[in-house]
Amino acid sequence: MNEGAIVTGWPDLAPLVLSFKLAAITTLVLLVAGTPLAWWLANTRSRFKPAIQSLVALPIVLPPTVMGFYLLVLLGPYGTLGSWWVELTGSTLTFSFTGLVIASCFYSLPFAVQPLQAAFESLGQKEIEAARTLGATPLDAFFSIVVPLSAPGFLTALVLSFAHTLGEFGVVLMVGGNIPGETRLISIAIYDHVESLNYAAAHTLSLTLLGFAFLILLTMFVLNRRLARHA
Amino acid sequence: MHSGQSEERRLCVRYALERAAFTLDVDVEFAMQGITGVFGPSGAGKTTLLRCIAGLERPDSGRLVADGSVWEDTDANVGRAAHERRVGYVFQEARLFPHINVLGNLRYGQKRSTGDDSAIDLDQVVELLGLKSLLGRAPATLSGGEAQRVAIGRALLRGPELLLMDEPLAAIDETRREDVFPFIERLHADVGVPIVYVSHNIDEICRICDQLAVMDKGRISTHGRLQSVLLQTEVPFLSGREAGALINATVEAFESSDRLTRVLAGGCALWVPGEIGPAGSELRLRVRANDVSVCLERPRKTSILNVMEAVIERIQKESSGTALLHLRVGSNVILARVTQRSCTELSLSPGTNVYAQIKSIAVRNSLG
Repeated sequence: MNEGAIVTGWPDLAPLVLSFKLAAITTLVLLVAGTPLAWWLANTRSRFKPAIQSLVALPIVLPPTVMGFYLLVLLGPYGTLGSWWVELTGSTLTFSFTGLVIASCFYSLPFAVQPLQAAFESLGQKEIEAARTLGATPLDAFFSIVVPLSAPGFLTALVLSFAHTLGEFGVVLMVGGNIPGETRLISIAIYDHVESLNYAAAHTLSLTLLGFAFLILLTMFVLNRRLARHA
Repeated sequence: MHSGQSEERRLCVRYALERAAFTLDVDVEFAMQGITGVFGPSGAGKTTLLRCIAGLERPDSGRLVADGSVWEDTDANVGRAAHERRVGYVFQEARLFPHINVLGNLRYGQKRSTGDDSAIDLDQVVELLGLKSLLGRAPATLSGGEAQRVAIGRALLRGPELLLMDEPLAAIDETRREDVFPFIERLHADVGVPIVYVSHNIDEICRICDQLAVMDKGRISTHGRLQSVLLQTEVPFLSGREAGALINATVEAFESSDRLTRVLAGGCALWVPGEIGPAGSELRLRVRANDVSVCLERPRKTSILNVMEAVIERIQKESSGTALLHLRVGSNVILARVTQRSCTELSLSPGTNVYAQIKSIAVRNSLG
């Protein structure tokens, strides 16, 4: 029985697609929301900066289960965010795709913010000041000067948040569970396959993920080298 | 002071600003025409002053009126943002945008300046600064001097009412500065935009400025017409090794046999080495105090060509055992540095008639 499964087991690819969708949406949200946060962190002299910076970095050091646990509490039907969501939409955030997006955004936040912050800090004020004296508003200077000159930072932020979201396990298990088509992501599917000793299916999904992760990192490093040569 | 009339064609600056180790406290009026030099040691606050004028730095309190329009008034809560001030700013480093080519850099400010017909156009700037062959190049491939010329062009195409230049040659290799300076010399004559030129090089100042403000420790020590400010040797920064006078002269004739040009300065004839220009052209001559000595009798059989009758107007003793003599020569005043012992031995005092021997004269640019 099991022998047969190992030989013929071409797994269901829906979890893979779902994972990509989650990673794409999360990355988009993080680039939009993380950019102003990273800009603020790079330029502020506020005494709250260390505290905010630590909060942003927390997901790097915390076990995903701890993050997942608190997100479950926060997003659950009795949590601050969760109960408000239930009132607004009638459905719960936990064990839903939307809940996964919110959880992933918290979980992958440092991977978007830190490269952007580093890029903004290394850029400094010189070119921005030149743009300002040439008639550019702060927003204009940001889009015409800061964004193109921080392209490697944006690329790193994009790739890392995407890849990190793709690979998350603990948080999504706690918050999303394992509902096919809704919250059953690739990492959870792999775990399932291993649990049921379907190593072939686990291999196929794992190899796909591994190959993909390698490819996007390779792309990032190659592109960054090119960008660095142009700058 | 609050009527627009008195503030027309003038740049009125009053600023107070406290930083960790630095205080700026300035209250000064410049003519908003010609080239005003701002001169002083590093850390005097020259750059901070320019940054305040450009709106890149906000003063704790102050008022800035440029040609009658208020750019900043902390009492009235007026403070135009940097992009709302029509200034061109040339930084020490060119600060070109590395991701766009030279043409893109030049157009950056032009695209963002509100349509003013009087503004200089791209072709003029390219011609004036010799940028034609650089237009397609990436900023990273330019030499320091080329980059700074592009930066000047970029600032001009903003259509500024005032051009601020912060030691534009400081970051350029000393031997290459002559690649850029002639362009700056021509700038004012060709474009007519008033310029504030910060430098700690008195030679640059003597070549291009009409007015001079001297800054020290965040304050303006003195300001006024360049020629008169240079004679205010009681101002510490003007009495050093480089102390000297700047006098205007007119070319009379070139003597090709000796390769000398005869010029007339304040009613006195002087010999200047080399062929300077056609008769009638106007010059600035820089005579350093260290190159001038005095005799009580007309020196005979001397190798020095320029010996002139002079009257001592003032003697300023210096702590180094020397003294600066202010000598009236014709209608000009020049400086001479002698030892205090010579002063005593020759009984020099104000009113004494002497002969001034000028060992060397440097020709600065033509005034035209």
